[in-house]
Amino acid sequence: MHDTAKVIAGIAVFLIVVLSPVWYNTVTGQASYVPQLKLPTDEKYCVETAPYMRTNHIELLELWKKIVVRTGKRIYKATDGKTYTMSLAGTCMKCHSNKADFCDRCHNYTNVQPNCWECHVVPKGVKTEATEHAR
Amino acid sequence: MMNRRDFLKLACFSVVGTPARSVFDRLTGKDIAGPTKEGQPKWAMVVDLKMCASKPGCRDCVDACHSIHNVPAFNNPKDEVKWVWTDSYKNIFPEQSHRFVSVEVQTRPVLILCNHCENPPCVKVCPTRATFRREDGIVMMDYHRCIGCRYCMAACPYGARSFNWKDPRPFIKKIKEDFPTRTKGVVEKCSFCEERLAKGLKPACVEACTTKALTFGDLNEPNSQVRNLLASKPNIRRKAYLGTEPKVFYLE
Amino acid sequence: MIEKSLKGDHIYWAWVAFLLVMIGIGFIAYMRQWDLGLGITGMGRDISWGLYIANFTFLVGVAASGVMVVLPYYLHNFKVFARITIFGEFLAVAAVTMAMLFIFVDLGQPARVFNIILYPSPHSVLFWDMIVLSLYLILNIIIGWRTLEAEHQEEAPPIWLKPLVFISIPLAFSIHTVTAFIFSGLGARPFWLTALLAPRFLASAFASGPAILIIMCIIMRRFAKFDIGQEATQKIALIITYALSIHIFFFLVEIFTVFYGGIPEHVHHFEYLLGRGGQSILTISAWISLVLIWIAFLLMINPQTRKTEGTLIYALLAVIIAVWIEKGLSFIVPGFIPSPLGEIARYSPTLAEIFITIGVWSVGILFLTVLYKVTVSIKKGMVS
Repeated sequence: MHDTAKVIAGIAVFLIVVLSPVWYNTVTGQASYVPQLKLPTDEKYCVETAPYMRTNHIELLELWKKIVVRTGKRIYKATDGKTYTMSLAGTCMKCHSNKADFCDRCHNYTNVQPNCWECHVVPKGVKTEATEHAR
Repeated sequence: MMNRRDFLKLACFSVVGTPARSVFDRLTGKDIAGPTKEGQPKWAMVVDLKMCASKPGCRDCVDACHSIHNVPAFNNPKDEVKWVWTDSYKNIFPEQSHRFVSVEVQTRPVLILCNHCENPPCVKVCPTRATFRREDGIVMMDYHRCIGCRYCMAACPYGARSFNWKDPRPFIKKIKEDFPTRTKGVVEKCSFCEERLAKGLKPACVEACTTKALTFGDLNEPNSQVRNLLASKPNIRRKAYLGTEPKVFYLE
Repeated sequence: MIEKSLKGDHIYWAWVAFLLVMIGIGFIAYMRQWDLGLGITGMGRDISWGLYIANFTFLVGVAASGVMVVLPYYLHNFKVFARITIFGEFLAVAAVTMAMLFIFVDLGQPARVFNIILYPSPHSVLFWDMIVLSLYLILNIIIGWRTLEAEHQEEAPPIWLKPLVFISIPLAFSIHTVTAFIFSGLGARPFWLTALLAPRFLASAFASGPAILIIMCIIMRRFAKFDIGQEATQKIALIITYALSIHIFFFLVEIFTVFYGGIPEHVHHFEYLLGRGGQSILTISAWISLVLIWIAFLLMINPQTRKTEGTLIYALLAVIIAVWIEKGLSFIVPGFIPSPLGEIARYSPTLAEIFITIGVWSVGILFLTVLYKVTVSIKKGMVS
């Protein structure tokens, strides 16, 4: 190998270019940006604890789907013993009535596109990005 | 006393026979129709064709079902999605149909929907178990899991299944908020209104029927209305010879 | 070894470029289907499988037919096929790839395809078909490629290859049998509900697949100056003749049972296919297929026309087209006509559907071109 220096330089340039968004955020201090979510005002506690919901809400929804569709049972007993009807549009959206500033804001930030609403219908009165644009 | 020969026979049978049996049942889909649990309902419907025909042109049940379930109206036979609808006597009961059947019977509309077979061929062929039979006998769809291979449509002897060839949303007249629509690329069909049964309500078609042509109930309940009707009146099922055990019965 | 596919004359590159363009067009059409759904095809509520599944069925047969050269060579030590066995295996690789792609493009929710593995369903024949097809694909890639590598290095193929070959032989029969079971296990579709389906599939496959193989060899001789030899060609032609005769016999047996048995549910499908409900693309192509298969039969059974390459080529093309129609559209679509509700629907593929189909074929043919190019380069290198 005679080109060791060139190879290392090449790798370095590659890393700098590929990781440029990371560098940019670090330098401009935007790495600490966290999307500000509008939490529901009338309810303090979700089905499970906030950290659990933050990381596992899709797993919980999938579990709910599985139980409702496969067994027909519709009541979920949370860890604290409280019971909830397992329904995305019916239960979740009742409190999280601001979809635009809660669901969408975080999903946009993390660039995930859940396809829930291709089938499930957003209840009336829930604020969505579409209604936001309409205003 | 069991002699050695019997013992060996029994041992061989229990080692080879039992698993072989259950493997065979799994492969042929026999295990789909499991035994009924104690106290578990087994839902069924009885359609009285005569009463149904007493109100010509009636579409009450069809409209009720299709509007609450967000069934799209494409208005062309290619893309059509149907959960419950009517067809001619000749098409639905070809083996009962001959030219001496009275005109009255021949011209009656026959209401058809998913038969919620006890031995459903659609469930047997589904490669993802997206369609399956619940313990209460309802053949359900898991719209989240369906890959849209349409093998179930090929396997259904009743044409009860529809595929979403296009995005259905633009074709739904008025979207009902408390029931999901479907998305393009999945198969759908009648669910015996399981979401209403869960609330103790009757299926929407039965509730909407003003001629009392539709009776819904529990086959495991000896005194249920459906059991009384089936015991007291002659009744037929569609293509019963296929061994699918349909749970929609017809009174002529 | 693969680098050998990068050296070729302008005809080779023009051909590769043409295939890439076709793949591109197919891909664009598929993107439309991805966005808008399968509604852009000619399929509908009554005829819910069409051109894609038709090609899938045909191609599984082509894949299985590789065994017709593999079996004599490995089980009977038939040395005449030594030069051609690898071509049979690579044909199988390309054909299985296409077959699986055709299943994929037929899915309404392609993003969920792995649900078949996530929720294994032993009572579904489609699940087993996926298993045997993937196994057969992997085995043929390993066997073909490793044998070629050994030839390249001028050494004997490794010992562990033999057991793999022996597994691949029954597997070839099983892929087509299981594919037949997808259809023949459906009580709802009397047209397909016949125990003769799997044997019929195998017979027509063993006629059409080797026919494609000979055509390929003739093309290679013309363009790559690579000859598998007259004896090998003639032996394969003989195999085709037997398979073709058995296929025609099976077809007539089926026709007898259906029409003499006279059960309306069975008869209706055949009557429609042969033109009862009026003429359509479907009925016309069915008749073309029937005429072609007899022409092919007469040309093949007569030693003179079979041994003359000029007439043999026509016979082989007739076999391929006839079987493609018979096992494709003439097999899938009539299963849905009349529908379980007595409905007589019509089906003709749309332009988008045809482009996607051509695209998938082009992917397979590109695979085949590259694999054959490498093989021929290595085999010719050995001679010089």
